[in-house]
Amino acid sequence: MSLSHSGLRGERSLDHHPCFSEEAVHHYARMHLAVAPACNIQCHYCHRKYDCANESRPGVVSGLVTPEEALVRVSMAKARLPNLTVIGIAGPGDALANPARTFETCRRILAEFPDLMLCLSTNGLALPEHVDTIATLGIHHVTVTINAIDPEVGRHIYPWIYWKNRRIRSSEAAKILIDRQQEGIARLVTKKIWVKINSVLIPGVNDDHLPKVHTAIAGHGVFTHNIMPLISVPEHGTYYGLMGQREPTAHELTRVRSRCGLVKMMTHCRQCRSDAIGLLNDEILENDAGMSSCRSEQVNSSGGRVIPLIPVTGHVPPGISRPDRMVPRRIAIASHDGVHVNAHFGQASILTIFECFPDGGIRQSAQWPVPRYCFGDADCGTEQAPLETIVTMLSGCEAILCERIGYGPWQRLEAAGIQPINTYAGWRILQAIADHIGKHGTSTPMGGLNHGILEPRLAVASGR
Amino acid sequence: MAMTITQRCLGCYACEQVCPNQAIEILAGIFTIIAELCQECIDDFSVPQCSAICPAEEAILDRHGYAVNPLGSLTGVPAEIRSRWMV
Repeated sequence: MSLSHSGLRGERSLDHHPCFSEEAVHHYARMHLAVAPACNIQCHYCHRKYDCANESRPGVVSGLVTPEEALVRVSMAKARLPNLTVIGIAGPGDALANPARTFETCRRILAEFPDLMLCLSTNGLALPEHVDTIATLGIHHVTVTINAIDPEVGRHIYPWIYWKNRRIRSSEAAKILIDRQQEGIARLVTKKIWVKINSVLIPGVNDDHLPKVHTAIAGHGVFTHNIMPLISVPEHGTYYGLMGQREPTAHELTRVRSRCGLVKMMTHCRQCRSDAIGLLNDEILENDAGMSSCRSEQVNSSGGRVIPLIPVTGHVPPGISRPDRMVPRRIAIASHDGVHVNAHFGQASILTIFECFPDGGIRQSAQWPVPRYCFGDADCGTEQAPLETIVTMLSGCEAILCERIGYGPWQRLEAAGIQPINTYAGWRILQAIADHIGKHGTSTPMGGLNHGILEPRLAVASGR
Repeated sequence: MAMTITQRCLGCYACEQVCPNQAIEILAGIFTIIAELCQECIDDFSVPQCSAICPAEEAILDRHGYAVNPLGSLTGVPAEIRSRWMV
């Protein structure tokens, strides 16, 4: 479906945003850009390292892109998805806790693609001082997550905030956050920006309280309210997950929603990730549009199995330690076609190991068809035997690049010293490897499940 | 006299944004503190800003090598429960 661009910023803006309009879900795609890594608060349903199931964000480790890379991804996605109407920034931290990166990304997109609509998600702490910028940039849609309007409720959800150069805890923190949220959404509505409120339903914490939240936000004139069920499993590493906080039942969710009705209730939310692409109901992460200009790759007729040595772009900065010069670094790839990083780790039909030599050469060293062991979320990571086989196959690899990966396999691989990375979903394999090699000079760049002695990292000389 | 960053760092850039002395250095995705530039925020703030905003327990050490935010202090998850799940 092609779009007439002229009307997008006018009255039709709501009809074209799949997160604000149930009808738009079927026709229009959105793309989330993970350009905002830092956060200014902690929520008990969030663990910053891992992909968050409740909020729209991937983990810091798996998700980050720069504003420059973001623009490239938008143009790639736009070529692939003519019905792309919305570009959202939702994390991996908080959009407004990273104002420079977030607004730089917005400015670049506006300059390059004036027909796209911009959308932000925020916890609201930094919202009031950014409302003018949001309005000036023409950002039409803002989502604010509000789980409480009473600090005594909020203090059980937010252990701390960073505010005016201090870490503030307990009710004091919750009160500041709540006041800022309310002030922020009132100012957004004044500026005629469409506001959606997300609330996470946490049984025993805010279930009785959410109708009061609803009344308060309705009083400010927000457009829609989206009450989402808490997702809380220990594997996510969150406070709620580890401390046994249960999730609400479907009946509880329905009951709380039925007590709210002053503004339109959104019920089609898919609780998607902040690097999601596509229609809400038809996720596309296999995103290779625009990446077909890979310089040196030679693909043969049998499906891209022959890959010559090619120069690796990027370099390791001086002073960063790297493995012995004669030993290649091994990187594994989860793929369906042998050309793209396009397989969920647990559903990959082909696992390939590449050896990357210090002189810049890349060589395919092994490739196996693998038994698919994951058949959906319910099973993901529970079939331990195939996973252990795969871990053994991947021994010696510093990283596995895949489209997505479950929490259980992620932790198992990390414990084995193999860093799962899903930043390269949809990339061509060789470009992904070259980029990874260029970015990460050491074998475990993000730390990991090392519970040994804490060692300070020493800054290396860089001419400063 | 300087703060340091450990392998617990998640790479979220929060410290880089709030450091008053631009002492956070990021090379190849690894975050470190340049000791010569770090003043532990003594002249600027009541607490070192990196440790005030950092979301990762045990990621920032003080000059004596002690974690400013020990296990359990930021998430509220007791250390024994955290280590049982290894996350």
